[in-house]
Amino acid sequence: MKMRNFTGKTLRWEWREGVIELMLDHEPANEIGTAMLAELEKFVASFESLAPETSVCIIASARKSVFSAGGDLRELYATAAAVPAKDRPAGVRVFLERIHAVLNAIDAAPFVTIAAIHGACLGGGLELALACDMIIADKMARFAFPELRLGFIPGFGGIPRLKRDLGNAFVRDLLFTGRTVNATRAHAVGLVAQVAGEGEALRIARSTAAQITKYDAVTRAAAKKFIKPIPHDELRREIDLFCELFTRPTVMAALKKFVEDSSPMPYLP
Amino acid sequence: MRTLEQTTQEVLDLATKHFQLPAGTLAPGDDFFKKLGIDSLQTLEMLSRLENHFGIELPDYEVQGVSDFKTLAERIQSRL
Repeated sequence: MKMRNFTGKTLRWEWREGVIELMLDHEPANEIGTAMLAELEKFVASFESLAPETSVCIIASARKSVFSAGGDLRELYATAAAVPAKDRPAGVRVFLERIHAVLNAIDAAPFVTIAAIHGACLGGGLELALACDMIIADKMARFAFPELRLGFIPGFGGIPRLKRDLGNAFVRDLLFTGRTVNATRAHAVGLVAQVAGEGEALRIARSTAAQITKYDAVTRAAAKKFIKPIPHDELRREIDLFCELFTRPTVMAALKKFVEDSSPMPYLP
Repeated sequence: MRTLEQTTQEVLDLATKHFQLPAGTLAPGDDFFKKLGIDSLQTLEMLSRLENHFGIELPDYEVQGVSDFKTLAERIQSRL
């Protein structure tokens, strides 16, 4: 049965006139944990049945001031703390392989995918955006990979996709400093395709989608596959490296500190 | 080029306007986290607003530990 519409606990989607709109809506900041992962798996499972009549999928956020703050670090800490240290990497690997499968499916989707970004797009949230074909961001959006401050690397495919799409100077700056960059800078380096006025990213994504739907679907799918190879080997190596780093005591200490942090800037370096 | 005093006043004006406060509510020495009650996501938003207004990039690590408008203005000034 085609799932043209779905409303779950963390997200919802609606198909209309050849365009799917997926809205992330999970308090407080669309963190990607097991609940959202399960619903994202449902979402990508619907691709095969929806693809013949879909030209574009837009992914956006219903939460104020944020697209997604990334992986659910509180859940990650709680889950890891509940098992012996030697068992943690295996548990993390299970989650990573599932999220990689979802993001690989979005990356390879037989229709164009657009991430319409407002607010903070951090860590796993940026990785979700990078799996899309285009990022349209409003001028208040900010992007970051703050993972190094927690003692690990982006684990949802961020590094291979950044390297695929952007120049090394920016990739290294972003990763090694963990800093946030605004949409104007992100546009200048080619991360963001179009910058929108404040609050206008979704509207501009919709008008871009309307343009895209005019062209032949078979040609579009072939062109996409040609210009956007998926770096499968690097993605697998990223999972291995993440799991290896996760064994270090500094990671649990950093996660604990994040979870207990009540300062106004816990996401930042 | 702006003086530090001008930059400080523009920062205060931006925050006053964005948070819809009466004019003159904010002072250079105020702790903006305590005075405005902002969370981390609003802080990021404010950073974008400042960068867009002044036409600069302001790395987060340069404002780490900064909590008053005057010191924030000094960081901005050094990027002008």
